[in-house]
Amino acid sequence: MATASPPLLAVEDLQIRFHTLRGVVHALDGVSFEIARGESIGLVGETGCGKSITARAILRLVDPPGRITAGSIRFEGTELLTLDRRAMRTIRGQKISMIMQEPKVSLNPVMRIGRQVAETLLIHDRSLSHRQAEAKARDMLGSVSIPDPARMAQRYPHELSGGMAQRVMIAMMLVTRPRLLIADEPTSALDVTIQAQILDLMTDLIAEIGSSVLMISHDLAVVAETCDRVIVMYAGTVVESGTVDAVLDEPSHPYTRGLLNTLPDQVDPDRPLQSIPGNVPSLLAPPVGCRFAPRCPEAGPRCRRETPAAYDVGAGHVAACFLHADGGVA
Amino acid sequence: MAAYLIKRLGSLFFTIAGIAVVTFFLSMVIPLDPLAAIAGPQAPEETVERLRVVYGFDQPIHVQFYRYVERLMHGDLGMSFQTNRPVLEDILNFFPATLELATIAMVISVVFGLLLGVLSAVYKNSWIDHLSRVISLVGVSMPVFWLGLLLLLVFYFKLGWLPEPGRLDIMLFEPPRVTGMLLVDSVIAGDWEVFWDALKHAFLPAVVLGLYGLAGIARIARSSMLDVLTQEYIKTARVKGLAEWLVILRHGLRNAMVPTVTMIGLTYGSLLEGAVLTETIFSWPGLGRYLTTAFLTLDLNAIVGGTMLVALLYLIVNLLVDLLYAYLNPRITLASGND
Amino acid sequence: MTDLPGTPAVLDRAEIRRLRRAARYRSWGDSYTLWRRNPITVAGTLIIVFLVLVAAAAPLLATHDPYNQILSDRLLPPSAEYWFGTDNLGRDIYSRIVYGSRLTILIAVLVALISGPIGLLVGVLAGYVGGATDEVLMRLSDIFLAFPKLILAIAFAAALGTGLENMIIAISVANWPGYARLVRAETLAIRNSDYIQAIRVLGASHARIMLRHVTPMCFSTLIVRVSLDMGAIILIAAGLGFLGLGAQPPAPEWGLMVSDGRNYLVDQWWVSTLPGMAILIVVLGFNLLGDGIRDILDPRQRQG
Repeated sequence: MATASPPLLAVEDLQIRFHTLRGVVHALDGVSFEIARGESIGLVGETGCGKSITARAILRLVDPPGRITAGSIRFEGTELLTLDRRAMRTIRGQKISMIMQEPKVSLNPVMRIGRQVAETLLIHDRSLSHRQAEAKARDMLGSVSIPDPARMAQRYPHELSGGMAQRVMIAMMLVTRPRLLIADEPTSALDVTIQAQILDLMTDLIAEIGSSVLMISHDLAVVAETCDRVIVMYAGTVVESGTVDAVLDEPSHPYTRGLLNTLPDQVDPDRPLQSIPGNVPSLLAPPVGCRFAPRCPEAGPRCRRETPAAYDVGAGHVAACFLHADGGVA
Repeated sequence: MAAYLIKRLGSLFFTIAGIAVVTFFLSMVIPLDPLAAIAGPQAPEETVERLRVVYGFDQPIHVQFYRYVERLMHGDLGMSFQTNRPVLEDILNFFPATLELATIAMVISVVFGLLLGVLSAVYKNSWIDHLSRVISLVGVSMPVFWLGLLLLLVFYFKLGWLPEPGRLDIMLFEPPRVTGMLLVDSVIAGDWEVFWDALKHAFLPAVVLGLYGLAGIARIARSSMLDVLTQEYIKTARVKGLAEWLVILRHGLRNAMVPTVTMIGLTYGSLLEGAVLTETIFSWPGLGRYLTTAFLTLDLNAIVGGTMLVALLYLIVNLLVDLLYAYLNPRITLASGND
Repeated sequence: MTDLPGTPAVLDRAEIRRLRRAARYRSWGDSYTLWRRNPITVAGTLIIVFLVLVAAAAPLLATHDPYNQILSDRLLPPSAEYWFGTDNLGRDIYSRIVYGSRLTILIAVLVALISGPIGLLVGVLAGYVGGATDEVLMRLSDIFLAFPKLILAIAFAAALGTGLENMIIAISVANWPGYARLVRAETLAIRNSDYIQAIRVLGASHARIMLRHVTPMCFSTLIVRVSLDMGAIILIAAGLGFLGLGAQPPAPEWGLMVSDGRNYLVDQWWVSTLPGMAILIVVLGFNLLGDGIRDILDPRQRQG
């Protein structure tokens, strides 16, 4: 994309390795994508495909023994991977923040929640007094629809329900009005009944602030509801990306098709669910060529030889599959 | 809170009663005849017999036990054969010195133990980790009596940097007794010369004793810190953009303190036992030395009283630790018990 | 044997044994890797191996009779003749330290052999039988735990009278309650496991379950704990020896030797210092190894 202003976030050729007792895990290999201002992007894939690690890499918070070994992550034109620590900290929490998967364990158990929300403000605005920050925090707790915020601010996390805790988390991460919000499975640890509430709340707040969103989920339905574009990952690589409509209506990678087949059909609820045969490959020794080839019903000899590039299948919709390349899979 | 305290005090009472029984039977199995020790080796048979009646040793065991309990109820621990004073008075006399020593040692243990433990956890498997673990392991492996002798040899005999064993220079007068702790009393009296001298005297024994308690704290601080550092809320704190040292102190340490506090209570107990040996080496006129002398001379009432007091202290410290634990950990509400 | 539909084919006993052994080897292999990776553990192991070798070969290593007094050679500094010098009675300190290693091992092993089984018995009984038995046994151990270990050991040593045997009994008395607590906790966990429930249903008696199933499962935990305690046991023994409540002269017990040298500290430093150094090194060896064992058994380490 050769537009005049750079995208909000550009991830290019990201590679992450884990050095473990049993060998090197190729957790992420050549992942690239962009997020425009105000855009919501969904990152989908099975557990262990590298969604969460991608998110953590953007904040440069990959836990050892994982390491970013190659690639580039540019935020508003600034390269994050070479930024010094101090500058990186001004980005975290202020410009890019992240909502975690399990709200109840992601809040400090021995700190009152009002203080935890205020802390984000205090870190990034030295001129703020504690009193001011706490007041702002209470306002923010109110805007995530927490009843009686002044009293709730004095509570400890263990006194909250999962849904309440996630509201606190959202307040804590959006109180600085970040440009980019990463949401790592924000609702999967919650009761089904409140998932929709939390999603709606998030979408409303984000619309008001005007942040971009990177929504990580294994649930295509969540992504379909909240995102403009979707990126499908498999075994540490991006296999398909495009607008939500394009990808869901015309899945162009056999893996995406397989993933969609595992979902119940809205139109024809009686259609039998299918699972994808085979197992996710070991990332200690990923297969040569396309990583999905061993499980792919349409794979040909080329798929086991070469790594597919991203091929355009129309209107910014791309798929990393030789089915769309000149010469096909043979 | 009140219900919890009552429950705790109830079980405390039970344990104290048990301790009283144990110490009583302890005194029963002592094979040597303490009367011979009191009366002297040349005492005629009838003197010993008379003393036997005076001290009630001629009564059957259950009568002795009954009398013993009755005396305890009145806070009477009997007379020390050695000092010829009531044991309770002796203990109150000697105890402040031990409390003073153990408290300084405790501060040393906690400060350095936490420091080593946290550094170890943060720099896990690096040379810092290995070094601090070796330091704390050497600390716990050190025979305190030997380290005490060694430090005396170097800093008193050879270098002359620190004063002779004891609590205070013989040329100085003790300040008026308020708490019995020289460092406190000298401050109250505004006598800085005594304060400084007492501090110099306390330095070596406190270091020896502190090193003794340090390892346990360092170990539990390390392991609970390691545990805490893998928690999600630590990641949250980093996501917020908090500097790493603040992540460790504000979010890590506070949570790691919860299990560490329990260890600190246990350490206080081990300082009391360490005091027995340390005080012997440094001629520190505390409870430890009083007890040792009592054991070596088979001063029955002193043994029973001293041992009981140590056990009692140990229990009280643990009660305080549990209260502190509940304070540090908002997930625990005292009303519902301590599990 | 008929297979229920849907259950896997029943494995024969030999197959089960083979699988179990393979799993154990894999876990041993991991333990070995972790052991080797940690210099602290390796150092501890080497020290203990060294101690055992010295104790075993004491008559070969000693240059003098550890009890032989040569009064004309009193308080000599270390030299080619007396490697670590001589004490106030003209005995060779080096040879005494070498023979003292035997006493050290004897004390540690005997204390473990006395207090371990008592703790095991009390713990399994309290945990398995429960009810009033549990209450009484645990209250009893609480009372013992209310005393700091060294003080309790000193009290019993003083009460029983000085001497090596009495000291060993005294330390054991101070030691067992901790083991009983540990074993009880373990027993409670095992008793409530599905596995024991299943055996109950199969009709095993309580005695059999305690003896054949619960006790062996507690055993490994206890052994680890006892091995972690070795250093502390040796220190308490040395402390008692130092106070004159343990081994009696002329035994070459290290704590006693430190005490003997106290009066000669300033001018004949070697008399006290070298036996103390021996205590430090040996206790450090046990503690280094213990620390390593803790790490190896820590499941978190296995992931890395």
